[in-house]
Amino acid sequence: MAMKKDLLSITDFSKEEYLRILELAAEFEENPNQELLKGKVVASLFFEPSTRTRLSFETAINRLGGRIIGFADPDSSSATKGETLHDTIKMVSNYADLIVMRHPLEGAARYAAEVSKIPVINAGDGANQHPTQTLLDMYSIMKTQGTLDNINLFMVGDLKYGRTVHSLLQAMSEFENPIFNFIAPPNLKMPQGYLHHLQEKGIRYFEHEEFTDIISAADIIYMTRVQKERFVDPIEYEKVKDVYILNNEMLKNTKPNMRILHPLPRVNEISTDVDANEKAYYFEQARNGVFTREAIISHVMNLK
Amino acid sequence: MEAKDNAKKKLKLKVSAIKEGTVIDHIPANSLFKVISILGLDKIQNQITFGTNLDSEKLGAKAIIKVSDVFFEDVEINKIALIAPHAKLNIIKDYEVVEKKIVETPDKITGIVKCFNPKCITNNEKITTCFKVIGKAPIALKCKYCEKITTEEQIRMI
Ligand SMILES: [Zn+2]
Repeated sequence: MAMKKDLLSITDFSKEEYLRILELAAEFEENPNQELLKGKVVASLFFEPSTRTRLSFETAINRLGGRIIGFADPDSSSATKGETLHDTIKMVSNYADLIVMRHPLEGAARYAAEVSKIPVINAGDGANQHPTQTLLDMYSIMKTQGTLDNINLFMVGDLKYGRTVHSLLQAMSEFENPIFNFIAPPNLKMPQGYLHHLQEKGIRYFEHEEFTDIISAADIIYMTRVQKERFVDPIEYEKVKDVYILNNEMLKNTKPNMRILHPLPRVNEISTDVDANEKAYYFEQARNGVFTREAIISHVMNLK
Repeated sequence: MEAKDNAKKKLKLKVSAIKEGTVIDHIPANSLFKVISILGLDKIQNQITFGTNLDSEKLGAKAIIKVSDVFFEDVEINKIALIAPHAKLNIIKDYEVVEKKIVETPDKITGIVKCFNPKCITNNEKITTCFKVIGKAPIALKCKYCEKITTEEQIRMI
């Protein structure tokens, strides 16, 4: 039997596989309803609630004609009765054809994939990985810029704890000539390990504490939320909280091709006056998630 | 000349005090019991002698273990590299040192070490840990599961 394919971490896939998935995502955007999962059962296991991700996945599965079993939160899973992850996965992998799982513990998806006979897609494992988010971010960049090469990518906000920016950095560093601009308060800077990764690959990056003056160079602005809980000293938070808020006025001199991405949910880091601007792309980005997830499911299950 | 020869002989005798087996030298004194436990020496019936808090220029205080009739595989002995990176092995046959070995940090470590990340699945369910060694001096271990890096100071044995 051929080795089963899983998607657990963004670095599990090669550049060729990224491009293949993005190509498939474009096909699904053209024609979202394809009965490729007809007669198949997908287990959607959310050991931690995440309505947004779950609905996106379940929409993708429905559009592919598959059926869904599973649970939306840990209270309705057997985990609350003390069943181990090992046993839940063993059982489910005897019932279904694919597992989509979200879990609060880091590394849970990789462990599940080892236990499972059927493919596993990681829909988020704690602060570790959320690879389908990264692929939908890449699809959004590809769609709006026409390429993943030569992108000047601004990452703004909490760059220390934000798993989405870490994975996107890893994935985009596989493409030609990216430039990274990191804009974060001193306590939430991009961790050294990731900067070191860029240095080793000879990729240019710049670190800033604010971005109003440099914003005109951006092709993509990837916004994340600066959370108050990340600050030991509330005064420090008060000092920086408004620095990382994007408003419509700031977009005046930005490039025509520039687009704003955000993994959502947004709190206040993008003013609502930006929403009407054609450069606001975050709601489209969420819509792209369905096509990207259809593509990922097709890829791991060899449906196309 | 004769005195020096005698001293040498005496030293050699001290090290070769077992007939057949392995002498593990240059263990940091405070790692002695961890080494015993990692190698499973607390669970075997063979004769074992050890000395600890011996003077060592390099380590300050060192320990030495002599195990009769036991010859370790490299993969086994390399497990102690994390806590006794300078350990040296003398393989003894018929009171003579027939081979000397040093420990080498392996590229992959399975079991032995705990992941430092409390939110890692390996600290919450019964799973054998597995790390890729991404740095050897100082040691840095990347967890196969949570992908976080456990540094030398954070290393805790299981
Ligand atoms: Zn771990």
